[in-house]
Amino acid sequence: MMTSQHLILRVVSKILIPLILLFGLYVQFHGESGPGGGFQAGVIFAAAFILYALIFGAENTRRVAPEWLISTLMATGALLYFGTGAASILLGANFLEYGVLGADFVSGQLLGIFLVELGVGITVAAVMISIYLAFAERQS
Amino acid sequence: MLAFLVIVAFAIIRRRSLITTVMLSSFFSLLMAGTFVLLDAVDVAFAEAAVGAGITTVLLLSAVALTSSVEVQPLKSNWLALVLTISTAGVLFYGVSDLPAFGDAAAPAQRHVAPRYLEMAELETGIPNVVTSVLASYRGYDTFGELTVVLTAGIGVMLLMSPGVGRRRTDKKSDEDAT
Repeated sequence: MMTSQHLILRVVSKILIPLILLFGLYVQFHGESGPGGGFQAGVIFAAAFILYALIFGAENTRRVAPEWLISTLMATGALLYFGTGAASILLGANFLEYGVLGADFVSGQLLGIFLVELGVGITVAAVMISIYLAFAERQS
Repeated sequence: MLAFLVIVAFAIIRRRSLITTVMLSSFFSLLMAGTFVLLDAVDVAFAEAAVGAGITTVLLLSAVALTSSVEVQPLKSNWLALVLTISTAGVLFYGVSDLPAFGDAAAPAQRHVAPRYLEMAELETGIPNVVTSVLASYRGYDTFGELTVVLTAGIGVMLLMSPGVGRRRTDKKSDEDAT
């Protein structure tokens, strides 16, 4: 798209994108104690990539986030969620009953919720990036 | 805040330019996020601001860029649709009048499982944010279903729009030539 003009947009987005990525990670890993969680973090993380794609074009974004990587990540997140549930079955509890994953009930819950939220975040971010890039590449 | 929502909703209906409509619906989402904050639902407000006002706007704008940016004027007004809409709205408002008052402590929603979650969530999961523990632990199945919906949506868009599908491209081109 428009790459040579828009000097201000390019400079400002270069400053903003790392901050947005950092904020996305903060929302992901701080979701237990503050507002937020995997879904919101995934969307914020994807927003950074979409901003990059808007300013610097879809081809440059594809070099950071190639199609095979994004589609693998889409499945990885959902499999991480499912795997957490399956692991608790293998350890003798019901599906997604995290209590058995840790040394005691509460630490198992903490670990399970952490993994599940991570899975949600990865899948949501990958899906949002891939949907936007599919639209953007159709235009060019 | 609610009056603002109504004004923006009417503005969305009246506009014919799709780009204006998209920007107004983004503003609508932002107002909704503000309303959720006022109702102390910070997690929902967060999602609404990020998805509704952010990502959805960008996706709708790129969809508009692929099609025409002006809404087609309908040839004749459809009275049946108007009657149907008004009667549905009437039934819904009638149903709302039977709901418990806002913030009613005796409402079924406050007395079923909510007190147990609020009392036990931090002890049972060790997580201060009750929303997270309900979402990821008590209602883990539901969240897994939601995640599957998101994944399916992504796969669907990839299949429909991916530039790797060469045959679709040529099909579309021949369609354009024909019209």
